[in-house]
Amino acid sequence: MNDIPKPREQLFGDLWEYSTAPQGSEFVQYRDEYGHFIDGEFVDSEEWFDSTNPATEETLARFGVAGEETVDEAVSAARRAFEGPWGSMAASERAKYIFRIGRMIKEKAREFAVLETMDGGKPIRESRDVDIPLVAAHFFHYAGWADKLEYAFPGVDDPEPVGVCGQVIPWNFPLLMLAWKVAPALACGNTVVLKPAETTPLTAMKFAELLQEAGLPDGVVNFVNGAGDTGSTLVGHPDVDKVAFTGSTEVGKIIQKTVAGTDTKLTLELGGKGSNIVFEDAAIDQAIEGIVDGIFFNQGHVCCAGSRLLVEESIHDEVVSKLRHRMSTLRVGDPLDKNTDVGAINSEQQLDKITRLVGVGQDEGCDIHQIDCDLPETGYYFRPTIFTGVTPSHRIAQEEIFGPVLSVMTFRTPSEAVEKANNTPYGLACGIWSDKGSKLFDVAGRLDCGVVWGNTYNQFDPASPFGGYKESGFGREGGRQGLLDYMKHS
Amino acid sequence: MSPDYRPPQVPPVDQVGVEERAAKFAARSIKRESKVSGLERIVSMIDLTTLEGNDTPGKVRMLCRKARRPLGERDCPSVAAICVYPSMVPVAREALEGTDIHIASVASYFPSGQASLDERTDDIEDAVSAGADEIDIVINRGAFLSGDYERVHDEIVAFKKAAGDAHLKVILETGELETFDNVRLASQIAIEAGADFIKTSTGKIKPAATMPVVLVMLQTIRDHYLKTGERIGMKPAGGIRTAKGALKYLAMVKETVGDPWLSPDLFRFGASSLLNDVLMQLEKQRTGRYHSERYLSIS
Amino acid sequence: MASTSDRLSVYKTYKLYMDGGFPRTESGRHLKIQDDQGQFVANICHASRKDLRDAVVAAREALDGWSGRTAFNRGQILHRMAEMLEGRRADFIDMLTEQAGYDENDAVAEVNCAVDRLIWYAGWTDKFEQVFGSTNPVASKHFNFTLPEPTGVVTIFTPRNAPLLGFVSTVLPVILSGNTTIAVVDNPAPQVAMEFAEVLNNSDLPGGVINILTGVREELLVHAGGHKDIDGILSVGPDSEERETLGLEGADSVKRVEFLEGHDDWTSDEAQSPYRILPFVEFKTNWHPVGR
Repeated sequence: MNDIPKPREQLFGDLWEYSTAPQGSEFVQYRDEYGHFIDGEFVDSEEWFDSTNPATEETLARFGVAGEETVDEAVSAARRAFEGPWGSMAASERAKYIFRIGRMIKEKAREFAVLETMDGGKPIRESRDVDIPLVAAHFFHYAGWADKLEYAFPGVDDPEPVGVCGQVIPWNFPLLMLAWKVAPALACGNTVVLKPAETTPLTAMKFAELLQEAGLPDGVVNFVNGAGDTGSTLVGHPDVDKVAFTGSTEVGKIIQKTVAGTDTKLTLELGGKGSNIVFEDAAIDQAIEGIVDGIFFNQGHVCCAGSRLLVEESIHDEVVSKLRHRMSTLRVGDPLDKNTDVGAINSEQQLDKITRLVGVGQDEGCDIHQIDCDLPETGYYFRPTIFTGVTPSHRIAQEEIFGPVLSVMTFRTPSEAVEKANNTPYGLACGIWSDKGSKLFDVAGRLDCGVVWGNTYNQFDPASPFGGYKESGFGREGGRQGLLDYMKHS
Repeated sequence: MSPDYRPPQVPPVDQVGVEERAAKFAARSIKRESKVSGLERIVSMIDLTTLEGNDTPGKVRMLCRKARRPLGERDCPSVAAICVYPSMVPVAREALEGTDIHIASVASYFPSGQASLDERTDDIEDAVSAGADEIDIVINRGAFLSGDYERVHDEIVAFKKAAGDAHLKVILETGELETFDNVRLASQIAIEAGADFIKTSTGKIKPAATMPVVLVMLQTIRDHYLKTGERIGMKPAGGIRTAKGALKYLAMVKETVGDPWLSPDLFRFGASSLLNDVLMQLEKQRTGRYHSERYLSIS
Repeated sequence: MASTSDRLSVYKTYKLYMDGGFPRTESGRHLKIQDDQGQFVANICHASRKDLRDAVVAAREALDGWSGRTAFNRGQILHRMAEMLEGRRADFIDMLTEQAGYDENDAVAEVNCAVDRLIWYAGWTDKFEQVFGSTNPVASKHFNFTLPEPTGVVTIFTPRNAPLLGFVSTVLPVILSGNTTIAVVDNPAPQVAMEFAEVLNNSDLPGGVINILTGVREELLVHAGGHKDIDGILSVGPDSEERETLGLEGADSVKRVEFLEGHDDWTSDEAQSPYRILPFVEFKTNWHPVGR
């Protein structure tokens, strides 16, 4: 029994520590207050709220709260634009406007990235290398569809836009979610009233300024600021033809009820509890990266996060050990530091929720492991966390935590992996890690989810449709399928 | 072939995943103090190399002088080693008398290795007896690619024996192995056969060292350490020409195998032109002005 | 032998169609069907919410098998349904004229169109995936493709007119992708759908893929809308109250609730479209690295 090797630890110390590498923010410009953006103009507001930088808890700017009257003005402006210049514009001209928007995003890429990080807390590395490039790419991709729609809808003689779109987006990828909503809607010839999330409205306002520079006709895209009440007013507005919502399943259900009995079309992109399934024959080091990326990307504020790790029993200990070592190299802190891997939690409210659910995991007897690192004294931060010894009946295995918290479970056979992965009302995304192609395709086909990442995770592309099964919503964003809900066809 | 030999079991490697991971190290931003200390560390890790058909004692002496005092009179660490052909080892020995700089020699019929085993082990013994304390050998890629892993293994064992106390660096010539699965397996075979270091390339074949291939080799080293407690060194060689590029490797080492490898005892850069670029960057950090190679001695 | 006119005809007992069998409604209740002259035609089952629940169980159990069939095989089975209906054209023409108030021409047109529409949709089983799926040129080293998969268990509130063709036109595009269904039939001649169940039962269609409940549509709306093991609902020709009920009830499990106006003339070309497959498919996008 003396032969049992002692577990060895890797030493990731400070022998050669990275100096701080702050992304400068002195060049970014934004106003002290933004009301709403309606009919091509910024308009005043009667009520206001502040948006803060979650990394510093400092107020960035104040934003209007749109009531019924303001929402109605925005919808009317969108209707006029739909029936006016935008609706009558040649599709090829429409395409050029959308291309122009994509190009201008690129021109202002760093400013958008910095503002996104300041307003939302995500690491600059992600806003710079992931969010903003994808935003530009999304407009660029959909621009080209605008004058080719007859090829997107085979057999439909003259596909028509649905009209005025009311869109509500979340705070985890503020500008990217805006792009996912606005680009296909415009490509199809619709007009838009969009409500940004109340904790991250800043880049939408900068985007509105960009639209002014781009010369987009007034009223084609309108923004109303505010919280849930404003969103509710927008989606319930009788002159909105189509509602698109990304956010929690809880709110999605309320919106589905709001539009019940009306002619309003609806797409929903809701929550998730994605599984990362790791088989014994996986490329293990790449799987570890996929697990880390799956749950710690954007502090875990990702609807398709791989928040459940399902690992084949035979390699459980090895995977957990490697994962712990890998986690200890994660750099948590100032989101504007170029070397930060995990930034600030988006809001105090979200931090409370994560803290509460992690407490539940501990109370339920799961084994917790958190990385040992210093956190900044101000701002909202949470240490990357994994729970082992989790079973499907634990709450942390069922509820979407929307934070950097992973639940580790095991399985014995592919069928058990599928059964456990599907054992949730959600169905957004899953990952599979195996070196065996046929097994991978078999498992992929049996998972109830809209995105399957085989030997990769958290990949996004404008050409790639994204959306959920079951309570993760319906409708797709991205690719040709992303046009389906923005056009009339039968 | 002995029926007993079983090639080591190694996990599969996914190329795209490795490349994505390597790209993240390349996105690390190394500024200010960490840049200066990183650059100095890089200098101390360089195996300053000349492996040309036209090498002469004069060229080697010039290199040795540079190795001792890379920045002339100004304060700067010396490089880790000089790396030369066996015939030049006596020249280097003399030129580096009284320094801690190691003398590395490529042996085993570098770079092709196409000779009998005896000829190759003789080559190693000659280099050691001439004064080399580090021997860089090439694996038998022909045997590897034909599936004769036992032969690859046994030859390295023979090289290790021939090298005696000299440190053995085993060159996989990853550019010829092509796949990361091959690199991972060859790394493991070399480690199990007694390599003190594993090394990517001869410098004669492209691609030579790349961040993804070094990452796969570092992961093999890490797993070997976690399993056995033994620390194997890593030497990327060929293709690393810029200070910026070398700092990215350093970040990869720091975050993959950890602090013990941030040392010339366990990590080397096989390079020649890299040194001057690092020196230029150091000067830039010192003076705040972008530097020019015309102010540095050639190596 | 007695002459035909003296012979007492045999009444047919219509039951429900569930799990490939013909059970009576568990409620024991019935609805009387009369022809347009007010003459008694038949008693049919007045399905209850418990019948609905049982039908959902049958549909759920049949789902993996049906969706797991090859598209080609589903096409063959749909074609077989057409063959069986073709062989019974005369029966259905008689039913429509004698029991549902159709004139001869309309009855012939409806039955012929129903056969042809079965053939048309049979041909879609192995094509809609190619037409609506895609390979996606992503800007990274990944092979990326998107395929439609069936949503699951779908309840269809079938049209209130065209008892044969309306049924075929709304049920076929839902099941051809691999969904299983509970078809609720509430129209003046629901016995036609039950007669069609016999066609289905003789056509290699696995039990449970199409389950048919006759009864009162309004009574089943809330239960279908709120049933969490129903993934989707197609409501044909709903009134505004039905829209609201299904929308509200369905929201609790984020159900796919689709409304279709319906057609006065279901023989029209507009009454068939591959786009009617789409409300009850889910697009699944797959990513795989391309490397060595």
